Amino acid sequence: METQYFTFAAPPNELTLESGEKLGPITLAYETYGKLNKDKSNAVLVLHAFSGDAHAAGWHKGDKDAGWWDDFIGPNKGIDTNEYFVICSNVLGGCRGSTGPNSVNPWTGKPYGLDFPLVTIGDMVNVQRHLIDYLGIDKLVAVVGGSMGGMQVLHWMVSYPEKMRSAIPIATTLKHTPQQIAFNEVGRQAVMADPDWQNGNYYGKTAPSKGLAVARMIGHITYMSDASMAEKFGRRVRTDKEKFKFSADFEVEGYLRYRGDNFVKRFDANSYLYITKAIDYFNILNGHSLGDVFKGLKAKVLVLAFKSDWLYPVYQAQEIVKACKLAGVDASYCEISSTYGHDAFLLEIEQETQLIKHFLKAVANGNGNGDKYT
Amino acid sequence: MTRQTSKIENEVISNWVSSGASVLDLGCGNGELLTLLINEKQVRAQGIELQDSAIYQCVAAGLSVFQQDIDIGLSEYADKSFDYVILNQTFQQVKKPDFVLKEALRVGKHVIVGFPNFVYIRARLQIFFQGKVPVTQSLPYEWYDTPNLHFLSIVDFQEYCRREKIQIEQAVFVANGRHIRFFPNVFGETGLFLLAT
Repeated sequence: METQYFTFAAPPNELTLESGEKLGPITLAYETYGKLNKDKSNAVLVLHAFSGDAHAAGWHKGDKDAGWWDDFIGPNKGIDTNEYFVICSNVLGGCRGSTGPNSVNPWTGKPYGLDFPLVTIGDMVNVQRHLIDYLGIDKLVAVVGGSMGGMQVLHWMVSYPEKMRSAIPIATTLKHTPQQIAFNEVGRQAVMADPDWQNGNYYGKTAPSKGLAVARMIGHITYMSDASMAEKFGRRVRTDKEKFKFSADFEVEGYLRYRGDNFVKRFDANSYLYITKAIDYFNILNGHSLGDVFKGLKAKVLVLAFKSDWLYPVYQAQEIVKACKLAGVDASYCEISSTYGHDAFLLEIEQETQLIKHFLKAVANGNGNGDKYT
Repeated sequence: MTRQTSKIENEVISNWVSSGASVLDLGCGNGELLTLLINEKQVRAQGIELQDSAIYQCVAAGLSVFQQDIDIGLSEYADKSFDYVILNQTFQQVKKPDFVLKEALRVGKHVIVGFPNFVYIRARLQIFFQGKVPVTQSLPYEWYDTPNLHFLSIVDFQEYCRREKIQIEQAVFVANGRHIRFFPNVFGETGLFLLAT
């Protein structure tokens, strides 16, 4: 299992972003699992959420953890790599191998920092299409992703509807709402309030780790639910706490600090700012009505949401379903019972496997209608 | 105990549906009827169902299904956007059958309704002789666990259609896997109606 790199758009052929700014060269870090068949018709594109990366499955040498969706992608798993060729790339603007604010700006020879142009979900999807083209894949079996990955799925459905046979947006929304933007803004303020942030010019110096860790702590609160926190931590008090008035007495505090501290080891603060902005600007309805946003889409769609997800509540998935119905798109919708909150899309593997495995099979079989009772 | 899907009911419905039609099944359960219609009539099928386990079975069968409460209506669907809308054995289970039927009639060119006849002879006898709320093949539930919210007879439904000016194109009554032609309100366990809109 190794990360690969695809570089394109070298000057003077830079890519024009949605903002009109030009960017190049662009490198995408990506991984693939399984084998691409002869006619290149078994590819599934997996799109990661906000803090994910190209390492969706398997193990890297020396790593403590497997890829972020390893329980779901692999031989005989939800996305069966015996059957499908799975591709996952780190998003544009990310910090896990793809071009982002911590990449070297070819004009200055230094990291971009805040000179990096604003990128959108549409830009992320556009560069993913370049990768798919480069791999010689004309039509994907499915485009799958949760949360921000789900937004990318929706963008694929609108931008390149002819490039896919099916789409699976999970725990996501047609547009970011004020509440969602608000949480992201608090995260960004935490980063920018850290004196080490230095207007984004901290590369080679001390990174704004404190601010980024706080931002991540807020994020984690929104990914869980009241019930999942109560179950996971209760009001239990830590036994190994330091002697300090405001030490992390409760387990939940210790957990959040741990998650925050861990996050800063693998994530760039400027990427945090850029990607959350891209999410906040996401509105697939831009210029479309609900009824025509998916008009003409031939792909089969499976929309999934989780009952306890309060960050991306089920009504937002129902809006996606509504848009599919209005456009006459062949779609299915399931509200998965879970107490995990938004995190459920990474944790309710068994239920997702049951649904998505069969759904993909139906797609691969043409339509698969009625193969069970005959 | 849950009600067994009846083969003869599915056959009746399948006979009414024309080949290649578009079908919306409201309360499609595990998708058995839709699967039959796909295989026999090559329909374009869409189900709506509320129960988790049924949704999983539908997806497993390769069906397109929405997890949704049909009591909220079908506002996303344009008038006459399906050739057939089916309300088989769900009609008596929704909170607002009146509203749901009107929505079905708006969205479908035809509507197929199937429901258990509450005054079927065995039910009458149980009420009369045992003084108990009936439990029959088509009404297999105890009073405390029944999903049925409304109890109606074949005559009730016919009267309702007359009053609401809903045209009954065809009606079939069945009991114990057979067609009932005489005194359906007494001997019909299930009434199936093809309505025109």
